[in-house]
Amino acid sequence: MSLLKVEGMTHYFGGLRAVYNYNLEIEMGQIRGLIGPNGAGKTTIFNLITGMYRPTSGRIVFDGQDIVGLPPHRIAARGIGRTFQNMMLWRHMTVLEHVKLAHYSRIDYGLVGAFLGTPRRHRQEAEIEERSYELLRMMGVDRFAQKVITELPYGAQRRVEIARALATQPKLLLLDEPTAGMNPEEMIEMVDTIRRIHGVLGMAIFLIEHRMRVVMDLCETIQTLNFGEVIAEGTPDEIRNNPVVIEAYLGKEVVT
Amino acid sequence: MTTATPERSPVPDVSGRLTVTRALSLLGGVPFLGWLLGGLAAVLAEYLFGLPLALALGLRRIPVLFGFEVMLKAPRYIPGTLVYLVLVYLIPAALVALATARVTDTLAARLLRSPALSMVVHLALLYASIHLWCGLSDYRYLVGRLALIAVMLTLSLNVVNGYMGEFSCSHPGFMALGAYTASVLTVLFFVEDDVFGAPLLPPALGPFFFPLALVAGGLVAALGALAVAIPSFRARGDYLGVITLAFTFVVKSLFENLEIVGGPRGFMNQPNWAGLPTVFAWTVVCIAVINNFVRSTLGKALNAVRDGEIAAEAMTVDTRRTKIVAFLFAAFWAGVAGGLFAHVVSYINPATFGVQKLAEVLAMVYFGGLNSVIGSIAGGLGLTLFSEALRPLEVWKWVIIPVLLVFVMANRPTGLIAFREFDVMKLLGPRRGRKEGSQNVSAQG
Repeated sequence: MSLLKVEGMTHYFGGLRAVYNYNLEIEMGQIRGLIGPNGAGKTTIFNLITGMYRPTSGRIVFDGQDIVGLPPHRIAARGIGRTFQNMMLWRHMTVLEHVKLAHYSRIDYGLVGAFLGTPRRHRQEAEIEERSYELLRMMGVDRFAQKVITELPYGAQRRVEIARALATQPKLLLLDEPTAGMNPEEMIEMVDTIRRIHGVLGMAIFLIEHRMRVVMDLCETIQTLNFGEVIAEGTPDEIRNNPVVIEAYLGKEVVT
Repeated sequence: MTTATPERSPVPDVSGRLTVTRALSLLGGVPFLGWLLGGLAAVLAEYLFGLPLALALGLRRIPVLFGFEVMLKAPRYIPGTLVYLVLVYLIPAALVALATARVTDTLAARLLRSPALSMVVHLALLYASIHLWCGLSDYRYLVGRLALIAVMLTLSLNVVNGYMGEFSCSHPGFMALGAYTASVLTVLFFVEDDVFGAPLLPPALGPFFFPLALVAGGLVAALGALAVAIPSFRARGDYLGVITLAFTFVVKSLFENLEIVGGPRGFMNQPNWAGLPTVFAWTVVCIAVINNFVRSTLGKALNAVRDGEIAAEAMTVDTRRTKIVAFLFAAFWAGVAGGLFAHVVSYINPATFGVQKLAEVLAMVYFGGLNSVIGSIAGGLGLTLFSEALRPLEVWKWVIIPVLLVFVMANRPTGLIAFREFDVMKLLGPRRGRKEGSQNVSAQG
């Protein structure tokens, strides 16, 4: 049984058809890619899977359960972690607080613990803190732990954001353009990092990318989206040589 | 924007540099315990020699609020008052704090091994000072309690407006719910009253039930808060602000039209059970619980709702629950504060809980600092005392305070002490351990 199965998902924004008859199956531990020109509906698909939007029709089954209609935090707690194209970090919070807070669904000391500072709360906060430091170390940003997020350089903020997503302990991690705005060196580092966390934690990864090198390097199979519809699906090689894809999206980039 | 402005260290002129640095390092070596002792010494000095000294300096009585009330009314008393302030407050406080610095520092370090004991000792000293200071005049006794209640209100409003970043205007409404509920309960059960008749329980039991009445007031306020918490799921920012403002007006007109509690004439006969110890204790509990909450990861969820609700949801944070908890929690403490307020002044009317009150509390929150427990303590105490101190200026008070607020907002848009964690154990700890080395040597010279 696959980890995530999306069947016939369609979504309209008013009269605008953003996603049409979208199907996806991701197995445990796979890395899959989603490419397509701007406005093709890639991020909308992420928002539909994570429950930010409710699909107009279609089924989304995650880990054996239909998750359509669940609030986003429930879906996240079931094991779908995500990052955002524009990061959406919490600008007044420290790096450590970001990662700690993403453990929210695992906190069970309750309001009594929060109000009164029970021993159980202190124990649990200490555990969460330790795990958070581990994740920050894994992403190579632990030295920033006590800094407010806005004081960090851009690349480090991206890494914190991934650490935050990992803290939700995802079985499936959705990465929305993880290398956006990075220079080629940072991009290569990011690809290595993604490969490393995949190696260590073994979760499935579904990523949106604009940069061909990243998807071609990382993904087992790639879907190409145009005007909300999948126009091609296959291995990186197949996609690279598919004339429909080249016409819709790759165009010059492949020629050069 | 929270670009932390760098600490501006005072730059003394070159000649005075050494002495100023030394004095500063000396003062920096005094732990909080030392300052509490110093404060106690000052208050004790006033208690023992205040009146004779004031008379000797040509004043007619002890300067009640640090002399503002006399100095602003009659400038000829300024020199005498200033001398009084230096002799009674500054010198004893500084002398005792500095002289005992080494002892108190060691003591503070030892006490820290048992945080509970350390807390009790510090609170006892703090209370003793406040008690002595307020005990010297009825006016101080009133202002002191009102200032503490203002701290509770400010802090609880900061939970919503600062920590969660919603602009809530419903605090006077919550306060009114708490004030009326607690008042009705105490009057109904323990007071002979025209409307409610003979007390249902022996009045001697009253003070023991008073906390229950306050909690009941807090709970009713929290129940009322559902009326703003549920709309907050869908409305944000200005729109939610308008809803919360409407809530305050609804509550106000509710009480204006409830004849049983006096309608617009108000409701009185509240027993005077809200003495200084009671108000102090509730304030301490309020600060402790709120500080505990906002420093926990569950409490940090409020910040995430403020800084990015969508990301919060994606990171498993239940934002609806977070909003409900924040509104109900803040309303509870506003209700308790309202109940205390009603029993401090023994008279409430609906007009007390209107826009004027709202402006006061909002000013305290934004003046003191958003997202900061210390900021709210400073804002609540500071603005209450300051506005009392400026009373002699009459109408001009309402020019000076707003101008001051505008000035603070223009220079520090998030308030004086914003976005600061209040680490109690760090505050109560010793100073020397933290900056071992050169400063320490110079302090001993």
